[in-house]
Amino acid sequence: MANLSLNSVKESYASVKESMKEIMQPYAEKVQPYARVLAARAKNRPTSQSFIAGLTEDFLEFHGDRRFGDDAAIIAGVARINDMPITVIGIEKGITLQESIKRNFGAAHPEGYRKALRLMKQAEKFHRPVLCIVDTSGAYCGIGAEERGQGQAIAENLMEMMTLKTPVISLLIGEGGSGGALALAVADQVWMMENSIYSVISPEGCASILWKDSQKMQEAAEHLKLTAQDLFDMGVVEQIIPESSPKEFSKVYAVLKTMLYDSFQSAMQKPVDELVANRYQRFRQMGIQ
Amino acid sequence: MLEKRFFRKPKNELEHAGNGQSSRQNQPSVPDDLYVSCPECKQSILKADMEENGFVCPKCSHHFSMTARRRIQILTDAGSFNELFSDLSPTNLLDFPGYDEKLRKAQAESGEQEGVICGTAQIGGYPVALFVMDPGFILGSMGTIVGEKITRLFEYAAAQKLPVIGYTVSGGARMQEGILSLMQMAKTSGAVKLHSDAGLLYITVLTNPTTGGVTASFAMEGDIILAEPKALVAFAGPRVIEQTIRQKLPSGFQRAEFLLEKGFVDAIVHRNDQKSYLTTILKLHQKHCEGKGAM
Ligand SMILES: [Zn+2]
Repeated sequence: MANLSLNSVKESYASVKESMKEIMQPYAEKVQPYARVLAARAKNRPTSQSFIAGLTEDFLEFHGDRRFGDDAAIIAGVARINDMPITVIGIEKGITLQESIKRNFGAAHPEGYRKALRLMKQAEKFHRPVLCIVDTSGAYCGIGAEERGQGQAIAENLMEMMTLKTPVISLLIGEGGSGGALALAVADQVWMMENSIYSVISPEGCASILWKDSQKMQEAAEHLKLTAQDLFDMGVVEQIIPESSPKEFSKVYAVLKTMLYDSFQSAMQKPVDELVANRYQRFRQMGIQ
Repeated sequence: MLEKRFFRKPKNELEHAGNGQSSRQNQPSVPDDLYVSCPECKQSILKADMEENGFVCPKCSHHFSMTARRRIQILTDAGSFNELFSDLSPTNLLDFPGYDEKLRKAQAESGEQEGVICGTAQIGGYPVALFVMDPGFILGSMGTIVGEKITRLFEYAAAQKLPVIGYTVSGGARMQEGILSLMQMAKTSGAVKLHSDAGLLYITVLTNPTTGGVTASFAMEGDIILAEPKALVAFAGPRVIEQTIRQKLPSGFQRAEFLLEKGFVDAIVHRNDQKSYLTTILKLHQKHCEGKGAM
């Protein structure tokens, strides 16, 4: 019993490691989706304005929905990627606290979605591609938002985007919170940053409704299948964009810019009817077994 | 084959009337299910009277919740309803814990496969495609089969050149189906657009409560949007808003009358007037009005 050879020590170490792995495996899997949720919400995470600066040149911001007001939670305007003019629309959470308050932490009101639709219609008129950048915990839930028809505004975007006669790509960069995210994600392709999430409800909300315990958010995050990989596997998104640390996002932007340019270029070659028909089919087959 | 399904009585119609409330305290000497207590006027009313009156309180006109099956029976011309897509039934796509049991329970209690019934029918002699959501089926939540049935109905109606009438009631997207339930908002909206671009009429009737993902998609996409009196119609429900803004909401907030005032509803129509109201709309959307029963 006492004659432990080096080999046997190594073996037992390996077997301990194996069994540790087995013990840790379910735990690691459980924690992982919620770790993505936290990463998606991290304070130092680049927001839409960083993506716009990193991916485009000559960005000009245009304001207002021409009906009620201008929603600072949504930044929109025209820009170019290399030689290609585009319309870009991004939900903006803000960087400093002061800015985040002004931008309502990226929770848009109906006028934000109506501004987005106005500029998408403009893009359709001039036949330039639309890039939507999505980062929101959800459309705002408040008195003004309800009074001015939050549901109607989102519904109209879903309907109109489905047949928008110009290419649309939506990029989820952080939180993709339910209808407020979908209102800018009825696109030809939906791409997700590696650490972004996309869900019908927040894991906290899901846990509190289903299990009356918002602390079960890790479990909820796991079951909701909200990570980029889960959604890719389900065919809900077309691309996962690998990330580096926030400080080195310039490298990510360089790759992403090329991908966007190439995708828009090839989409612009397609007959617009085909583009719209493919978009319809993209959503049409979702949830059919 | 289809006739069998006509007017099949929902198994739970007794439970459903009066939101499951009974009038135990007021009527100790009679069986529970003979009376219901009206949540609006607080009076005890004979259940048979209330049902006879289209599930509307005969004393104060409170509109009680009712099953989709019963609504179709009251709304459509006798014998005209032909159910479509009834073979579609939901499955637990994401292996979400507890969802299988929840589905089985909802199916057993409602006698329906899913929370929406689709079909064709005649209303006042005019052919329509019809969908009616059921408040009792997991709170009228929208899962993939609800989305699929409604999408198929719009595609069918577009092909057959039929108007669509849709009755909505919903607690929102069905979270047990995750992102796929969210995607039904886009899918159904696409089908509504397809039908609309074909120049066809879509009328929605919003009933209590219509909220969440259904409000933010096909409920609000009608050419003509009607609502039942006092129906709650919201994107975010009152409780969510109160939690967000930490203040009490004014009374009547998000009720049909509020939406009418804010410009999001064309008209509020009493349940017992809906059939004739819809018939008139349908008549006015014929190429040439036949002037049935004209002046
Ligand atoms: Zn009453």
